[in-house]
Amino acid sequence: MSDKVRMREQSPEERIKNFNEVPYGYDEREALQEASRCLGCKKHPCTRGCPVEVNIPEFIARIKESDFIGAVEVIKRKNSLPAICGRVCPQENQCESYCVLGRKGEPVAIGRLERFAADYEREHRQTGMTAAPSSGSKTKVAVIGAGPAGLTAAADLALLGYEVVLFEALHAPGGVLRYGIPEFRLPKAILDEEVGYIRSLGVDIRYNMLVGATLSIDDLFADGYKAVFIGTGAGLPYFLGIPGENLNGVYSANEFLTRVNLMRAYRFPEYDTPVRIGRHVAVVGGGNVAMDAARTALRLGADKVSIVYRRAWEEMPARAEEKHHGREEGIDFKLLNNPVAILGDEKGWVKGMECVRMELGEPDESGRRRPVVIEGSEYVLDVDTVVVSIGQGPNPLLVQSTSGLETNKRGNITADPDTMATSIPGVYAGGDIVTGAATVIAAMGAGKIAAGNIDKYLKIKGL
Amino acid sequence: MYKIEYAADLAESIKLLVVLAPMVAAKAQAGHFVVVRNGEKGERIPLTIAGYDRQKGTITLVVQSVGKSSSEICALQEGDALTDVLGPLGHATHIERVGTVLCVAGGVGVAPVYPIAKAFKEAGNRLISVIGARSKDLIFFQTEMKAVSDVVHYTTDDGSYGLHGFVTDAVKNIVEGGEKVDKVIAIGPLPMMKAVADLTRNYGISTVVSLNALMVDGTGMCGGCRVTVGGETKFSCVDGPDFDGHKVDFAELLRRQTRFSEEEKMAYGRYRKEEHKCRIR
Repeated sequence: MSDKVRMREQSPEERIKNFNEVPYGYDEREALQEASRCLGCKKHPCTRGCPVEVNIPEFIARIKESDFIGAVEVIKRKNSLPAICGRVCPQENQCESYCVLGRKGEPVAIGRLERFAADYEREHRQTGMTAAPSSGSKTKVAVIGAGPAGLTAAADLALLGYEVVLFEALHAPGGVLRYGIPEFRLPKAILDEEVGYIRSLGVDIRYNMLVGATLSIDDLFADGYKAVFIGTGAGLPYFLGIPGENLNGVYSANEFLTRVNLMRAYRFPEYDTPVRIGRHVAVVGGGNVAMDAARTALRLGADKVSIVYRRAWEEMPARAEEKHHGREEGIDFKLLNNPVAILGDEKGWVKGMECVRMELGEPDESGRRRPVVIEGSEYVLDVDTVVVSIGQGPNPLLVQSTSGLETNKRGNITADPDTMATSIPGVYAGGDIVTGAATVIAAMGAGKIAAGNIDKYLKIKGL
Repeated sequence: MYKIEYAADLAESIKLLVVLAPMVAAKAQAGHFVVVRNGEKGERIPLTIAGYDRQKGTITLVVQSVGKSSSEICALQEGDALTDVLGPLGHATHIERVGTVLCVAGGVGVAPVYPIAKAFKEAGNRLISVIGARSKDLIFFQTEMKAVSDVVHYTTDDGSYGLHGFVTDAVKNIVEGGEKVDKVIAIGPLPMMKAVADLTRNYGISTVVSLNALMVDGTGMCGGCRVTVGGETKFSCVDGPDFDGHKVDFAELLRRQTRFSEEEKMAYGRYRKEEHKCRIR
């Protein structure tokens, strides 16, 4: 059996000097070649690995027939953001991990084919999608947060015939797709196109609407909305709680990435928001956000970027592709290292980070081997910028302002995993605000389930 | 877009803007702030709300030009618009009847002090105000502050109006002159708030300061506005902006406010050069 068709990409030497997307994507010939590897299994186990249940063999069959637009139409029956998912989904843990070919060799590159089909449509579709007809008598549903969960719920609800208003706190749509994921992994023009598609379905997106401050969930019901979906994500950055964390030169990954991605600080002074990058940057953490921050720091001109992570390579939660790209680009991986203090100069700027070395002990409750400090292993890493990327929690603002909305100890909204219903009738929630920080596609899956159940709820209620 | 219904110069490089933002106005209370953005390439800037009119759906903002973005906002006129206005953000000031409240405003800080002073007055407190500025022509909101205060004191650094000295000199005179002050609200430049808090600590008078730290989103997402209060890290956007002035680590905050000063200076320099070229044409 042949291997996956490789995806051409910018060379590491070239790409660390720009913010352009790293992979070029398949051309038609490559897509046809890759699609031909799909066996078109009757049981199509791959679909089981897709949180939004895209009929994968069917869309690949269309590609085989060179019906590329038809392929996108199959995908869009289930997934309103295919160009995004084709780029940022961890397919290796999802659809592709179920592919029969994967048992003996490489699975079909489902993600790359999805990306190809979505890109082809964007580049070739002659007429834009027509807007859904708006009538004054539709039932109104409010969606809070224009990230992956909210966009998906809004699109599905619009397709089900509801009048959907999407309330977004920032000045631009996308949530983490906008402020978190960098341009070189997800070009913002592609995000804009896919959001444009969702708007063309009739979804009305309103910006600068911080539910919990500008208006409340009670206000929404008073305004005639019959149901609400909350997809506010995991936006509150965690810090290490070590000395020196408030020194100048220490960023949360959220601040660093928001400056660069949402505010486009990489084009300062053309754009007004600055970002200051040092000579040697340490990024603390091992997830996808840490990889994004590290690779962004390189592109902003840092001489050296080190990932400081307390476990080993295998335990790093970042996607294999991200780790691989980071390594190719020359990121220095300080694995089994943990910061204990950030050191400042007399003016209060970072001048170093004290770390300890770790070794792996017995497995902990997560099943990963617990990192243990090696006594006497302290040393100072010579850095002048530190990006803390150890995770995000739920923003408490909306919960605090909504009486009766139940949460768990961590502040995540409690929602029925089968229906996404919360403790308040008519209020549903999904994505990171429920699960804690997870993936784009998991949030989209939750948005989809919620939309279906909101529809059921409204029909039962006769609303 | 958020239309500017009225714009006026209050003093040299200080502008008052009345902005149409009905949803913000509907929820605004004394002490709240907004994050505004001017232009598609603009940065997000926190500004304390200096007033609101729920009927007209407007909020009042006072902006001092100190860099590129603030200068551009100060150049806006009636009929222009701000690209984004998000709010109201932060916790409203805790208003209660305590007896005598001393409101201390430094420079442009009189703008956010005004609605707070008004609310404390309406809650039945005796209200004493101290308004300090570098010089007489930089003092504004005199009529407004007089209307809500039992007594107003003025100080100027150059002695051109009121007491020749700093706001702390006036506060000292008031307290040591026998006035029983139950609460102090101090808003203005960080060194001024620090000086007031240092002084009132000696008197044991509860002192609230409003912090306008550098921030990006204003909703608790970036953590850029973190400040140490009583040994704990707080986000001034969602935990504040009001804090116990006796517990704020002002030295750290002063330092953190300089995180991007080189970049800000560069951007302002470029802006001034461009603006100069425009004027020559």
